[in-house]
Amino acid sequence: MTKRTLFAGLLATGGVLVAGLAQAQDIINDELVINGDLNIVTQAPAADHLDYMSVVRSGWTFRSTETQAMQMDDFDNPGMLGVESAMSDFTTAMGADGESCASCHDGPESLSNVRATYPQWDEEHGEVQTVEMQVNECITERMGAEPWGYNSTEMINMSGLISWAGRGEIVDIAIDGPAQETWQMGKDLYYTRTGQLELSCANCHEDNYDNYIRADHLSMGMLTGFPTYRLKDARLVSVHSRFRGCIRDTRAETYAVGSPEFVALELYVMSRGNGLSVEGPAVRN
Amino acid sequence: MKIKHTFAVAAIVLAAPVLAETVSPAAVVFDEYGEVAQSLTGVAGNPERGVEVMTNRGLGNCIACHMVTDLQDHPFHGEVGPSLDGVATRWSPEQLRGIMVNAKNTFPDSIMPAFYHVGPYIRPGDAFTGKAADGELPPLLSAQDIEDVIAYLMTLDTYYD
Repeated sequence: MTKRTLFAGLLATGGVLVAGLAQAQDIINDELVINGDLNIVTQAPAADHLDYMSVVRSGWTFRSTETQAMQMDDFDNPGMLGVESAMSDFTTAMGADGESCASCHDGPESLSNVRATYPQWDEEHGEVQTVEMQVNECITERMGAEPWGYNSTEMINMSGLISWAGRGEIVDIAIDGPAQETWQMGKDLYYTRTGQLELSCANCHEDNYDNYIRADHLSMGMLTGFPTYRLKDARLVSVHSRFRGCIRDTRAETYAVGSPEFVALELYVMSRGNGLSVEGPAVRN
Repeated sequence: MKIKHTFAVAAIVLAAPVLAETVSPAAVVFDEYGEVAQSLTGVAGNPERGVEVMTNRGLGNCIACHMVTDLQDHPFHGEVGPSLDGVATRWSPEQLRGIMVNAKNTFPDSIMPAFYHVGPYIRPGDAFTGKAADGELPPLLSAQDIEDVIAYLMTLDTYYD
């Protein structure tokens, strides 16, 4: 099944293979079907708010066929180990009153719309919240337990479970209303050229996606596959860790994981993927 | 082209005793097109050393973005910037010096980092640590590194199919 789908994808797009070398937007392999039955949208018309893009593509379309294949079957996806660990945490009592995630939520499946709509405005707290912030709100305010570290293994795994539960959902991030100010802050950060190399997110992921920078094939920098199992790190990596790595690589002082700047940047970058499917935990190199 | 090149080299040699001191990044003089006429060191560039600067990840790592057929022994050439094959036939040493010192004076929106420049930068970091820089950063390359790369680039007079 996996091989046949890969082959079908090649056949379907074979006609644009040559043109694809000149036109970066044409993709070689756009058929991501997980476990043989879960269809993932890996290419979509760009959201109206994107001024310089006509099409958006999942990071999966930029990877080698070997890396792509690892995400097509959950038994080959090492990120699923984190999901399984979080599955166990989901029913583990954490607070003094013996409550767990499962006390309020029937199961991870009941959270299937979360990843596709976060970060989002939280009326009660008057701020934009990421999935991690929402999880900690539940842990501290509903269960009365100590918060998890924003970038702790259990938090990344739980974020992985929530992505997994929402796989295939179409990303639909609200950017207007009360979230607009934070979204604009994130957009400004996206186009700011930081560090001694004076590189913005856009320099690589908008102006140069599909180009190689030394051995790295630049993607569009989508967040739809996060948390992502990175082969070079051999673990699930959070959105904010990835932001930190990119900004560090511009020889800049990074922002902190969980900082207001990274929350804003996450809101903006996630909204660039509106129209694509949630596909975390993805596998990337 | 050949004549101009020879003349440029001769000028550097003649001027060397006067220009023995290295031009600091802040003192580099650009013309209105972003060119830098004066050698940064007064010492003729060494093209072999230029290859080292261009291919070493800890130095210029120019091939991270530019393809150079002559350097195919070094793996993984990028495609973010233009190929440098035949670059000596379309750019002068003065233009190349200006582009390397700070390409944004030649191409205002260029993605290319400024290699002989000390800011100001937005959120300057301490190399690749992610931490804040401690005081003014040294330029990415030395003045002689730049001259060595120019010397190598001026040997690239061939286009390949």
